[in-house]
Formats: sequence, structure tokens, C-alpha cells
Amino acid sequence: MSGAILNVALMVSEGFLTLAMAAAAFRILRGPRAQDRVLGMDTLYVNAMLLLLVFGIGSGTTLYFEMALIIGLLGFVATVAMAKFLMRGEVIE
Amino acid sequence: MSAIEELPLWAAIATSALLVLGSGLALTGSIGLLRFKTFYERIHAPTLGSTLGLFSVLAASMLYFSLTQTRPVVHEVLIGIFVTTTTPVTFMILVQAALYRDRFEGRDPVSRLSKEQTSVKTLD
Repeated sequence: MSGAILNVALMVSEGFLTLAMAAAAFRILRGPRAQDRVLGMDTLYVNAMLLLLVFGIGSGTTLYFEMALIIGLLGFVATVAMAKFLMRGEVIE
Repeated sequence: MSAIEELPLWAAIATSALLVLGSGLALTGSIGLLRFKTFYERIHAPTLGSTLGLFSVLAASMLYFSLTQTRPVVHEVLIGIFVTTTTPVTFMILVQAALYRDRFEGRDPVSRLSKEQTSVKTLD
């Protein structure tokens, strides 16, 4: 009984997070300017981190947790680097 | 899977509710990212998923692993602390860059907003 409830909730939240990642990817593709694309990438990696945590609950192993931790660490560095690049080095279109 | 079946019913319901709440908030934030008109409105939306959405999913994960491994698992607090401290820094730097680019092109959203008392939505 509890397994059935949890499995349905896992499927629902995986679907939600996949849709959220699709929305962020659409913003990356379409975003009118570069800062919109950077914002979309930031949202994409946060959603991917949540999806990995949900996978971790579903599979019962702690491997996914470490992947989520690494994504959280590296995504911050990537977004800050791109924001700094937009501020200093970009040729304004 | 046997570990899921051994979970008591209240824990399964609590974990499921936290999971659906967290991923629903993340989805809401991403839909807001699609639907808002200007960049300065758009940057508010994803923080919904990276604060309460993240906390709900982390709480579900902590509850599940604490009960199935029969010892408290608090590794998730690391992700929570890290994302909570880095998201405001990231978005402040990003908005600073966006404002710099807009001003460089001769459009200043902040000063026109205070002068005409209109919303940011009318700029683009």
C-alpha cells in the first residue's frame, strides 16, 4: 500500500520535473537575449538536481545524492562565470 | 523493491506529499520563466523552485533515507545550505550584468520606471 502511494508520487514528480526542465530548455533556445539564456540554464540545472534527488529516492541508493551535490556546486560556478562574461567581455549585439 | 514496502504508511504519505509539493513548485517556477514578459520579471520565477521546492524534495529525501536506513541521514542539509547561499549571489550578479547591458544600449529600466510610474512590462 505504502509502496504504491510512493511509486505514484515518484512518477508524478518525475513528470513535473521533466516538464519544468523542458520549459527551461525552451527559454534557453528562445530567450531574446543572452541573460535570458543564462537564467534558463540556471533553472535547468536546479531542476536537474531535483530530478536526481527524486531518482535517488526511487532507487534507494545514495549515488544520486552525490551527483546532485556536484551539480549544485558546478552549476553555481558556471552561472557566475557567464554573468561575469556578460558584464565584461561580450560584444554587444 | 522491499525497502519501499517496509515503509510505514504515514511516512509514505508524508514523503509523497513533500515530493509532489516540491516538484509542483519547481514546475510553477519554470512556467513562470516562460510566461513573464521582461527579463526583470522573469528572474523572480525560478527562485520558487530553488527555495521551497528544493527544501520540500530535500525533506522528503531525508525522511525516506532516515526511515529505510534506520539512522538519521542529514547529508541533504549540505545541498540546502549551499543552494540557499549561492542562488541570491548568482542572481544579483546576473541582474547587475543585465542592467549594465541595458544601460550600455541606452535603455535604463530603473530610471524610466521611477519617472513615468509605469510597470516594467511596458518597456519591451
